[in-house]
Amino acid sequence: MSTKTQDVDKFIKDAAGLDTKREQEIGQHIGYRYDVNLVPDYSRITPFLEQYIEMMGWDDLNWLEDVHMGYEEGRPAIFDRNCNGWVTIPPELKLPEDQQGRDMLARELLIKFQMSKKHPLWDLKRAYKKF
Amino acid sequence: MAQRSMQMGMHTEKLSGKTQQRFFSPTEEENFLYPDGYDVDFNKRAEFDAGPLSPQEINLKLRELMGQGNGTIVMHNPGAKHSVAVGLLQRLNLHIKGSLGYFGCGLIDGPNISISGRVGWSCAENMLSGRVVIEKNAGSTFGAAIRGGDLVCKGDVGARVGIDQKGGTILIGGRAGAFCGFMMQRGRMIILGDAGKNLGDSMYDGTIYVGGKIAGLGVDAVEGEMTDLEVQWLERKLKMYGLEAPNGVKNLTKIVAGKQLWNYDNLEPTEKKIVL
Repeated sequence: MSTKTQDVDKFIKDAAGLDTKREQEIGQHIGYRYDVNLVPDYSRITPFLEQYIEMMGWDDLNWLEDVHMGYEEGRPAIFDRNCNGWVTIPPELKLPEDQQGRDMLARELLIKFQMSKKHPLWDLKRAYKKF
Repeated sequence: MAQRSMQMGMHTEKLSGKTQQRFFSPTEEENFLYPDGYDVDFNKRAEFDAGPLSPQEINLKLRELMGQGNGTIVMHNPGAKHSVAVGLLQRLNLHIKGSLGYFGCGLIDGPNISISGRVGWSCAENMLSGRVVIEKNAGSTFGAAIRGGDLVCKGDVGARVGIDQKGGTILIGGRAGAFCGFMMQRGRMIILGDAGKNLGDSMYDGTIYVGGKIAGLGVDAVEGEMTDLEVQWLERKLKMYGLEAPNGVKNLTKIVAGKQLWNYDNLEPTEKKIVL
């Protein structure tokens, strides 16, 4: 995605998101559905994330700086590298109005999911972990 | 191991379809650590001499000490051995007193590692999260395919820093060699000194900031415009590691992808026509 997307809800209203002639020709959106280069606004950090940073012994969001709220099939979703898939956000969860707020929410939810025993990685570790 | 996965039904599971449902309530789970990690305490400290140990023995020793609850470990005499301190998948403070060889600190997810000496090729390759800080110089392919976390070298580094970088921040206090950021896909690279030829060659996305001179840009790497948020972020990040931009953060040169090479799907319509 680039600066062409100004409306934060664009990919919720328009799941396909085909803007350019090229995209319409191939029937596929090109690029990410969010700005991967957007750096976090630390004034928006949540108490949960502050606790997580302290627990890890870091001074900032570290790897979570690369986590953003994305949009998949018209739904808000977070890409989870540990299961190589999109984790969709429950529809009842109210989304913040701007992308920075949504990114902080995405970071919080991703940590909670990844550290849960309900995460698929837990099954894989139990099956294949060497030590 | 295969038997264990068979018993869990992983080889009979039907894999067709892309969606897998996992019921999870964010309000139910409040855990900051992986369920299978060692329970360590940063205030519990251990030291050991890596001099007489092989790389495998060093890595097993680290696991043994973490298993005993040590959250701070000091390693003496690493002797520039290869593949040391790899696969550490949890929070830990590790201080390495000396230099590492090739592929040090690879495949890590969480630890804070400080290295008082130098590192060889591919330090912290495929790093997922955490911090690695090197006080002296680093070899080529520093942070190859890094996915996340902060990787800092306070000295100079070789060529192809952050090749295939997929996230995270690579911070270099000194100069960097040729082809840095080659095929970079996302993440951030900050080079406070001079950068070699073909910087950011064939980068898809991500951002490179350079404080010194750039010997030459690679294919599809172009200058970008710095935002106020980026300035704030850069000032914060440099301060964290006690580094300063030579002419101030606002005067760093920002390099981004021109996105003229985003044609990897151009063959699709042709292929479809052939099939039809």
